[in-house]
Amino acid sequence: MTLLAQTGRPFPDWQWLTNPRNVERMREAFAQHVELTVLAVVIGLLIAAPLAVAAVRWRRLYTPLLTFTGVLFTIPSLALFVLLIAFANTGLGRTTSLIGLVIYTLLILFRNTAVGLDGVDAEVRESATAMGYTRRQQLWRIELPIALPVIIAGVRIATVTTIGLVTITALIGQGGLGQLFLVGFQRQHSTPLAVGFALSVLLAVIADVGLVRLQRRLTPWSRAEV
Amino acid sequence: MIEFDAVTKRFDDGTAGVHDLTLSVPRGEVVVLVGPSGCGKTTTMRMVNRMIEPTSGTVRVDGRDVMTVDPADLRRRIGYVIQHIGLFPHRTVAENIATVPGLLGWDKRRIGARVDELLATVGLDAAVRDRYPHQLSGGQRQRAGVARALAADPDIMLMDEPFGAVDPIVRGRLQAEFLRLQQQVCKTIVFVTHDIDEAIRMGDRIAIMSQGGHLEQYATPADVLAAPANEFVVDFLGPERGLKRLALIPVSEAKADPGPVVRPDDDRRRAAEIAEANGTDWVVVVDAGGRLLGWVPVEEVTGRVDDATARPFATLVRATDSLRAALDALVGSHTGVAVRVSDGEYYEGIITRETLTREIM
Repeated sequence: MTLLAQTGRPFPDWQWLTNPRNVERMREAFAQHVELTVLAVVIGLLIAAPLAVAAVRWRRLYTPLLTFTGVLFTIPSLALFVLLIAFANTGLGRTTSLIGLVIYTLLILFRNTAVGLDGVDAEVRESATAMGYTRRQQLWRIELPIALPVIIAGVRIATVTTIGLVTITALIGQGGLGQLFLVGFQRQHSTPLAVGFALSVLLAVIADVGLVRLQRRLTPWSRAEV
Repeated sequence: MIEFDAVTKRFDDGTAGVHDLTLSVPRGEVVVLVGPSGCGKTTTMRMVNRMIEPTSGTVRVDGRDVMTVDPADLRRRIGYVIQHIGLFPHRTVAENIATVPGLLGWDKRRIGARVDELLATVGLDAAVRDRYPHQLSGGQRQRAGVARALAADPDIMLMDEPFGAVDPIVRGRLQAEFLRLQQQVCKTIVFVTHDIDEAIRMGDRIAIMSQGGHLEQYATPADVLAAPANEFVVDFLGPERGLKRLALIPVSEAKADPGPVVRPDDDRRRAAEIAEANGTDWVVVVDAGGRLLGWVPVEEVTGRVDDATARPFATLVRATDSLRAALDALVGSHTGVAVRVSDGEYYEGIITRETLTREIM
């Protein structure tokens, strides 16, 4: 409210909102936000899922991996990006943002995939082996499909968390909708702030609802279960 | 044909092993591995499809050492049913049944036809075809599990306490159905249970095992009951061995006595003579066509036999009933005998306590 009072601009500022340059900027910011989120979650899953498969097969790996991803998750996000720029020398750019974003998805994706795979009944594994599935077939056709509801639940949390985190990467030159916040703060302008807020909430809701639908479609067998 | 040749299995983790086991399962027979927990019966069964590999010795299936066969190939040719069935929760009943045919690369139409056939074979309604396992009752799951194991028509089936998870009434029914089904399909079956009564009922032969995977006796149920090899087997068979033996013998195998039979038009004197000759104080009344009418105490016959009211026998036995059923009929009857009839209640004779004793002596 203090911000609104100081700006002296109208709210909502229709002139700013309808300016084609700003519309284009919002569109780009939204697209970048989606892109960073999708890439981060997909890359995160590609790293975490094989680690979870390994951890379930070789029990000894489980605790170290959980601890490691857990420690990564506890690093404050701003500190992590600063650290990446300062020491990893990846510069102000998409790579740095993605590295950070991916790191935050790992704990949830690893844990949920592992829990999902662990949730496959011993009898189900035994009968799959006894029917003549090879280990690889058993993983792809039996264990991962059965773990899917739990994995997708993890993807939902990771996605929504990442949508929030992407805004922070505005500070290192990325940020998607976060850039609208930056603009808003720099120019003491509340309209871009409100647009950034509304669009990022909208994106989070769409993503979450979409993933729930995807899960229902992919796992019709789990619907009737509690 | 499955052969165990001096098979030993040792585990480091305390799982029940097997000690120097030699045993062969003839083609088309049900061999029940039975024993207390820790006797290695499940371990023995699992060595057939290489779920467990022997430490030493050889397991042969149809003459081939299983260790020389690719495990996945071997397993696709062997049906497998376990207590908790292990149906795949993410697949419908039809998809579950289609598992092994799918792995073997059958075409869709053939799989579909096979699924329909199997649903009928195991007595599942076609309506459950597209249900998921969690939507089925315990008995339906069990049937679906058996159908899945039979899908690719394997010669060999391994069954580990397949009826352990259902209630006693359903279990009794499933056991009966299993025996009927086995008469049709004639699989070579290795069946694991801890329940000696189930073993006696289901097995063509039973292998009694003790702690540490020692084979104590391997014989037909009748032979095991008649001549237990040692104290362990006697203990494991438990009390009522005589009753268990009687349960295995059909009425048709025992020689029925003709019994004190009279016609309705016989007179008092003749009834008394016949009763005396048989050492009874009652007579069985049979009509001219051979139909059983009942029994009458001699003292109630005043003029002709049919002046007195013939009393029905509470329980009658037929050729396919067991002698145990005959014993039950006998102890529940005033006459102290079980009456054997054929369909249509035609009198065939009586079974006395002496008959039963003779059969198990």
